[in-house]
Amino acid sequence: MKEISRRDMGRLALATAAALPAAARAQTAPSGPPIRIGFSMSLSGGLAGNGRPALTTHRIWAEDVNSKGGLLGRPVELVYYDDQSNGSQVPGIYTKLLDVDKVDLVVSGYSTAIAAPAMPVVMQRNMAFVSLFAANVNADFKYDRYFSVTTTGTDLKGTFAKGFIDIAMAMEPRPRTIAIAYLDSDFHQRAAESARFLARERGLRIVYDRAYPPTTVDFSPIMRSVQSARPDAVFIGSYPPDTAGMLRAASELRVNFPLMGGPMIGPHITAQKLQLGPILNNLVVWDVYAPAPTLQFPGVQALIERYQPIAAREGTDALGYYVPPMAYAQMQVLEQAVRRVGKIDQAALAADMHANQFDTVIGPMRFDAQGEWTEDRNLYTQYQGIQGNGIEQFRRPDTQVVLYPPKYKSGELRKPYTAGA
Amino acid sequence: MDPDLVLLLNGIVSGLLLGGLYAAAAAGLSVSFGMLDVVNIAHPAFMVLGAMLVALLWGATGIDPLVLSILLTPAFWALGAALYVAYHHFFERRGDEAIQGLAFFFGVLFIIEVGLVLTLGPEQHFADASYANTTIQLGEVDLPLRMLVPMLVSLLAIGGLSLFLRRTFMGRAIAAVAQDREALRLLAIDPVRVKRLAFGISIALAALAGGALVVVQPVDATSGHVFIGRVFAIVIMGGLSSLGGCVLAALAFGVVENVTATFYGPSWSPAVAFGCLLLVLAVRPQGLFGRAA
Repeated sequence: MKEISRRDMGRLALATAAALPAAARAQTAPSGPPIRIGFSMSLSGGLAGNGRPALTTHRIWAEDVNSKGGLLGRPVELVYYDDQSNGSQVPGIYTKLLDVDKVDLVVSGYSTAIAAPAMPVVMQRNMAFVSLFAANVNADFKYDRYFSVTTTGTDLKGTFAKGFIDIAMAMEPRPRTIAIAYLDSDFHQRAAESARFLARERGLRIVYDRAYPPTTVDFSPIMRSVQSARPDAVFIGSYPPDTAGMLRAASELRVNFPLMGGPMIGPHITAQKLQLGPILNNLVVWDVYAPAPTLQFPGVQALIERYQPIAAREGTDALGYYVPPMAYAQMQVLEQAVRRVGKIDQAALAADMHANQFDTVIGPMRFDAQGEWTEDRNLYTQYQGIQGNGIEQFRRPDTQVVLYPPKYKSGELRKPYTAGA
Repeated sequence: MDPDLVLLLNGIVSGLLLGGLYAAAAAGLSVSFGMLDVVNIAHPAFMVLGAMLVALLWGATGIDPLVLSILLTPAFWALGAALYVAYHHFFERRGDEAIQGLAFFFGVLFIIEVGLVLTLGPEQHFADASYANTTIQLGEVDLPLRMLVPMLVSLLAIGGLSLFLRRTFMGRAIAAVAQDREALRLLAIDPVRVKRLAFGISIALAALAGGALVVVQPVDATSGHVFIGRVFAIVIMGGLSSLGGCVLAALAFGVVENVTATFYGPSWSPAVAFGCLLLVLAVRPQGLFGRAA
């Protein structure tokens, strides 16, 4: 046998060095036709403030998957169209995605208003469908291939406002009255129904219970009427422009409520955090994620660190605590199901999603028969100790503590709510 | 004081303050739609454009938003004049302004909104005036400066415009073009030039209204949608081509909305306010201060 000379060793080392990256590339580089994932997304219109961060996150997910060898060895490709925040655009978009673009998989865009109109088209084609921030869309459709990535669970009435009411009932002195003011929209009507139901169940007297239309400009009459009813707790359901108006009115009227908050969507978005600043102090807000130590699931911090520089470049939500973790989890559900099934088979994917747990950046989740989370996770968080309007303070966990559920609790309730006074 | 009376007083006062914002939003339309017969459905979008630019400039300079909106008015006047030239050339001159002109302004509306989303992003933009967190208390009545200052500035601007329309040659020419453009030609006045000037003024007023809007609330590209129905209703209710009527209708609209919201719930506000519009039109089809044809 020929001895290996020093020169041969050198050649071997060189050949190995040259061959290894190629082998590694062969192992990680996806090949073949892409797996195309289609969705509509609100890139303009009223929902774009959350639609655009969702798209940014979907792109991050696609980059992550492709850099790790793709899905089933094939690259993933996102195919999307702007629905202009208009539900009536959605059926046409999904028809085009499925019939013309021939996408392999579909997910929903952001919110109930966008996910629901996609359902008839998706159901007609028997596609598995993973939605994003869509509350109880499947309650009427009963589609067995629908899966929801939002924290509300199936029993919205019995669970959505439970955190708020539990926090209220734990206060000393114990509250006796509650006011409920909410936007006249599907999501907030359901939220108010939950607050109403649970308040009655706990013996709270409802002293104000009124909806307001989406065209409301001045919120001072609402806040003044609530104030004159002298409630011990105030449950408000609102969307971003209304939330700002409502809290401004509360500040101008120098309100002093032992507890105020609810699904007030708005402070979730960085721009509104910065605008409202100390007015947020002691406000108890429904949320899906907060940078609290109790919510540090594997991968979530890394995602946010990747998202924030991209958001700064693209001018989308700067902090990205609200939509990005959920949007990434939405795609992880799809990814994990496809990997387990090993092929694009809609029935098998749906069966897998019903059967298994998904470990995502937003934590573990399982789906029930209706496609909602088997265990709801309606977080109630409180803004505390906010000074001025700087962004850096909102990166700290102590400015938004989790009060409910107890499993994720990271701080104690502070009261009363005085709108920054 | 009786709590209900306090609520009523505050409902009326907050309604007047809200009406001030509506007056700012509707005054420009009163000129374009009321006087020039140009159905500028994009007017609230111009207001939002003004508001977004004010927010942007406020972020860069820290100058008061209302001052910034006044500084923007010459640029908006030029924009309005240029837009009118295009509108006149392609539609009005050919007598196609009724439907095609409306479609043109719909197009302008969408271009502004999409342009704002693409350039400034879909998020809300805001400008905090130094006085925005101050509320004056007059006994039991609250006067938040966030609403009061924009209202006063708007009313001053509308008052100035009213004086201009009554006291100057060009102002009277604008009023005249609303009544009989052919008669203007007999006086050797070019009605197109007059309308260009007036349309520029209407868009300049939109910039001012934008400054008022961004002091009152944060804005995004689609914030103008809630104003479209209201501003047209106010202009019609006040009587076309009557600036004073427009202001009074705006104040009445604000009071009706807020008093209804206080006592009967905010869901009833638009229904009652627009119900009042129908009532006014049933009794006075020309509007509160309009002249009968």
